[in-house]
Amino acid sequence: MSESPLHDCRHAFSDMLLELGEEDERIVVVNNDSVGSSNTGPFRKRFPHRLVNVGIAEQNLVGVGAGLANAGKIPFVCSASCFLTGRALEQIKADVAYSNANVKLVGISSGMAYGALGPTHHSIEDFAWTRAIANLTVVAPADPEETRQAVHLAAHTHGPIFLRLSRMGVPEIYARDYRFEIGKASVLRDGSDLTIIANGVMVARALAAADLLAAAGVSARVLNMATVRPLDRDAIVAAARETGAIVTVEEHTVFGGLGGAVAEVVVQTVPVPMRILGVPGVFAPTGGAEWLLEHFGLTADGIREAALELTRSPGAAA
Amino acid sequence: MVVDAGNGHIGGDLSATDILATLYFGVLRVDPARPDDPERDRFILSKGHCAGALYTTLAHRGFIPLDELRTFMAPLSRLNGHPDRNKVPGVETNTGPLGHGLPVGVGAAIGAQIDGARWRTFVLTGDGELQEGSNWEAAMTAGHRGLDRLTVIVDRNRFQQGDATESTVRLDPLADRWRAFGWAVAEVDGHDHAALLELFNRLPLEQGRPTCIIAHTTKGKGVSFMEDRAEWHHKVPSRDQLARALEELKDE
Repeated sequence: MSESPLHDCRHAFSDMLLELGEEDERIVVVNNDSVGSSNTGPFRKRFPHRLVNVGIAEQNLVGVGAGLANAGKIPFVCSASCFLTGRALEQIKADVAYSNANVKLVGISSGMAYGALGPTHHSIEDFAWTRAIANLTVVAPADPEETRQAVHLAAHTHGPIFLRLSRMGVPEIYARDYRFEIGKASVLRDGSDLTIIANGVMVARALAAADLLAAAGVSARVLNMATVRPLDRDAIVAAARETGAIVTVEEHTVFGGLGGAVAEVVVQTVPVPMRILGVPGVFAPTGGAEWLLEHFGLTADGIREAALELTRSPGAAA
Repeated sequence: MVVDAGNGHIGGDLSATDILATLYFGVLRVDPARPDDPERDRFILSKGHCAGALYTTLAHRGFIPLDELRTFMAPLSRLNGHPDRNKVPGVETNTGPLGHGLPVGVGAAIGAQIDGARWRTFVLTGDGELQEGSNWEAAMTAGHRGLDRLTVIVDRNRFQQGDATESTVRLDPLADRWRAFGWAVAEVDGHDHAALLELFNRLPLEQGRPTCIIAHTTKGKGVSFMEDRAEWHHKVPSRDQLARALEELKDE
């Protein structure tokens, strides 16, 4: 992987939250005893009366968030993603999405960031669960700048959103002049032989894979599909039409996540061969976060292998 | 409504109707002309399956036209079997799955507490619904934060869908349970408007504590063949039964 320094996007989240808190007193934070893990300590220190810690109680966490929105607040409801989405999914559906409450759900340490703590703490089902719910925007930023902008946009856009953040180190991908838009993929690299579609911590790896592929004479387009819902259908259709093959990469089960979402579009518009990379429908074995990504082939090399195999497969565009 | 729709939850509607009427006509500071007024009192129907009773109350209070009640649960009606705040003015949050109203009410009350606002939050829950653990998460938070502008009313009709609450999973001693979570508790006849009003006028019962009012009610209240019979949780009366029920209710 690249030599560039790695960043924990929770810091970008927490810095932006402080900025937002300064400019708008409606911004409040709701925690489930997760002030440390969600890095909201600085917000608590600056605005002690605007941080609501409901204790270890996730159903209440999300319900309280919806109530705060009813009271005119803009609540950022922060919790480890596994508990936020797994434990409180019905509250997310009924109290937030169906009620159209102006709640910002922030899932921290998503994917397999908790590493050897194991599958109870992994959140590799959250795309599937959340993107199945109507009226819920789902965003997984790739780096600190995109995180900053996604958090800012969430606060300034009325309506429910789920921000899927990680704690795993990622290199800077975007400069300050980048403009994140909800529902718009960003083309990080153009290419003609296939398209790699990734989001979150996998974007940097997809870019590294594109470098490896270039060395092998394969031209890969790289799309950062930060918004899983609403999906950028136009970018997917263009990728299928113009490059003829698609590899998706996500730190998530291969069932119902980014790959599934992309495939739903591809098979109904411009059917082209695809590979869906992710966790293959198993509970992960014991291992650290980086080790697990390697174990499941979610690395530049793993993406390169899948891409080469795909471009050589029958049915792939010549 | 229920007869026309061929659907609904009439038993719980009738146990909650006196509470709803007292709240909307004697207690809540709400204005049908300004349902989004930031200073309004919030009322949350946690027992969302009793939407029929809520719609009837909202219609009589002027939030929706009375003749719209005929569309209850009809295709494309705003009046879904469980309330939708994005369609029906006066509804604060979408309920239906049980155990959702109180956490949302606690969040609203915390919002008011942060602002030092004067408005109050009222949540009506069923009693069987208190078997949902989320209520107790919320009750703990409300007690801890001393949300004395929050009132929960428990419609204690002692029945849930399948059976009596006490033979399903026991709720008593219910008042002690709320007290243990830091709430001020009062018990009242939930069909006695004057007694209900007298209690509501004394809120908060204790400074620095949320209030729980356990309203003892009768499921299917006012209709002899429905009262205290679990099957009337969501049974639909025949035209003949409707006529008898209306006759009996006239005398109530």
